[in-house]
Amino acid sequence: MTFRMLWASFKLIILATLVIGLGYTFAMTGLAEALFPHQANGSLITYHGRTVGSSLVGQQFTSLKFFQGRPSATTPPYNAADSSPSNFGPTNPKLLEEIDSNLHRFLRENPGVKADQVPPAMVESSGSGLDPDIPVEGAILQAPRVARMNHLSIQEVDHLIHQHIHGRFLGIFGHSYVNVLKLNLALEQLKNDK
Amino acid sequence: MTWQGLLQPFLLMAVVALIAWGMGTYMYRVFEGGHTFLDPIMVPLERGIYRFVGIDPDQEMRWTTYVFALLAVNLIGFIVLFILLEIQTVLPLNPAHQAHVPFWVGWNTAISFVTNTNWQAYAGEATLSYLSQAWLVVQQFLSPITGICLFLAVARGFSRQSSNTLGNFWRDFVRALLWISIPLAVIATIVLVALGSPQNLHPYTHVTTLQGLHQIIAQGPVASMTAIMQLGDNGGGFFNANAAHPFIAPNVVSLLFQLLLGFAVPAGCIYLFGKMIKDTRQSRAIFAAMAVLFLAGALIMYHFESAGNTVLTAHHITLASHANYEGKETRFGVGTTTLFNNSTTAISWGSVAASNDSMTPIGGMINLFNMMTGEVIFGSWGVGMIGMLAFAILAVFLAGLMVGRTPEYLGKKIEAYEVKMSVLAMVVPSFVILILAALSVSIAAGKAGIFNPGPHGLTEVLYAFSSGVGNNGSAFGGLNAASPWYAATVGIAMLLGRYAMYIPLVAIGGSLARKQHIPTSAGTFPTHGLLFIVLLVGTVLIVGALVFFPALALGPLAEQFAMNAGRLF
Repeated sequence: MTFRMLWASFKLIILATLVIGLGYTFAMTGLAEALFPHQANGSLITYHGRTVGSSLVGQQFTSLKFFQGRPSATTPPYNAADSSPSNFGPTNPKLLEEIDSNLHRFLRENPGVKADQVPPAMVESSGSGLDPDIPVEGAILQAPRVARMNHLSIQEVDHLIHQHIHGRFLGIFGHSYVNVLKLNLALEQLKNDK
Repeated sequence: MTWQGLLQPFLLMAVVALIAWGMGTYMYRVFEGGHTFLDPIMVPLERGIYRFVGIDPDQEMRWTTYVFALLAVNLIGFIVLFILLEIQTVLPLNPAHQAHVPFWVGWNTAISFVTNTNWQAYAGEATLSYLSQAWLVVQQFLSPITGICLFLAVARGFSRQSSNTLGNFWRDFVRALLWISIPLAVIATIVLVALGSPQNLHPYTHVTTLQGLHQIIAQGPVASMTAIMQLGDNGGGFFNANAAHPFIAPNVVSLLFQLLLGFAVPAGCIYLFGKMIKDTRQSRAIFAAMAVLFLAGALIMYHFESAGNTVLTAHHITLASHANYEGKETRFGVGTTTLFNNSTTAISWGSVAASNDSMTPIGGMINLFNMMTGEVIFGSWGVGMIGMLAFAILAVFLAGLMVGRTPEYLGKKIEAYEVKMSVLAMVVPSFVILILAALSVSIAAGKAGIFNPGPHGLTEVLYAFSSGVGNNGSAFGGLNAASPWYAATVGIAMLLGRYAMYIPLVAIGGSLARKQHIPTSAGTFPTHGLLFIVLLVGTVLIVGALVFFPALALGPLAEQFAMNAGRLF
């Protein structure tokens, strides 16, 4: 390794650091803000003039009048500044405890639901801790409770769920789901309209 | 399991084959002569860079000079990145007021990004300023190009004859940057933003949620980093949760786009190689061998993740399905998640769409296995292809032993030197993984970092060193990667995996380039047919993986049997 080589490398790295590190990052930010400002700024949702979150990032719903999302392993749950899964291995006793307690809570809060109706996603925590979605069946199981707490009919709530279903891409890739925040916003809207 | 889930890996391979052809053709024009539509913009820039840096792009290099130039760029890149990370508190663009980066985390991270590993001993959104993330992006552009250069040097060993030289490092490096990385990353960024990823420099957003709780939403220049982390098979993401984070992959379309970005250049290298040696039938054989290994891994992983965690059934918890959703995201489902996570270790990539640590034992073992074989199932930019060529050399050597003929591959005589260097490259991963893992589970500093109890803990440790030496970067995330022991030792594993493994292969290139082409005769073993594909797959499985079987038996296999029996640790 000659000095000439090191000197050439040094100049190349400094050039790349400036052009890519600063130039690329700033240019892409400018371009993104110009072309797709909504996405570039985090797909934020405003409700009655107040920013209530991002449609892409899950948020915690503990109140029984709302549809609830998946268990989140971040501290506190749905901490969007420190994403993390639980990292529990399959034979870790803490995983079994977690699933068991989540299942009991889900069954207690949604009377009439049987354990073998509950999709695993509703009792097992997500990969990011910020999963904004739940499986369609996970919403349908909550419909009777949500209807009762909000003085709506089950048909109205079921209709709302079906309006919010996202299917598989090309019918093949991914999984069907509903976005919890959007569903809850639609629920609020429905109550306000009445 | 569903038919959609079973179909996905086959569809992916079909699309990847098309991309391999397109990218390979384009890359051949970029590196080996010809014109591209980008020439009017890039040629002046290229000349400007040569002038500024002060190098002669036409000076042919011997293999040793080529390697030294490559090492110089990596060494300076390491020093500059390390210093910039360590001084993040005094630099601007730190709206979240991130603190000083600890010494060992800085050391580990700088090695990690220079070697195209992107092992992350830190949580991005809670450790690094926007500017520090931008410095990492610089190496996300440069480090995969190092891989392409290693590949070109080896490939020219096959394509040239009676030659002492393997091309010019600077020229290969600069052209890869200008013609491949930058234009594709710019397009990818725009697509990713359109599909939902944020790209801004604002402070984190504080909101009051619909229910009235307080939430801080971390954002930043996410799309620009995601574009190059996937295109360059870097895998180091803006957020801790990587592609499971809804800002990195907001929907399955975005995730699939990222999957294709990851495959683009490694698959392109296969066809590029065929073009360089003027026999694209050889590319088809190598592609077939890789695709077979890929499909096997993807389907086995999909099966075990769908069959799920049998501990639940053993403890009388029966849910609506058995599928393992711990650490997985709803929008991807089990099928697409396993497709992505199998790809991430097949290609030496490291971006994950789910938590590896929470996968079923065999599901996680597939990831481990993909890395232990030397990451030759497509592999990262260029290096997966040359790793596979090393296996091919070994395969023809074994075939030669069986019939008692001097082996030859692609018209070059394979002699003791080439076989020795191939074996040397293959010994590196087994040596590093087994020795460092054994040390870690023997000493207190190593054991303290383990998160999950029982055999799963051993798998975590094996995974860390496999990921390091394979320059992969994915992790069983429970392991305390930021502890000085793991930060230091995984750093060493990454260095050995990059340089001790691939420099011997460039030496093969140097040796082959000097040799004459020998014409095909009746006695030549054809290396484009089914027999060779079977032999190559067999060599990868036997030579690459058998050495790890005892370790796998104590880790994931033991855990799978214990799990089926309902045993907890």
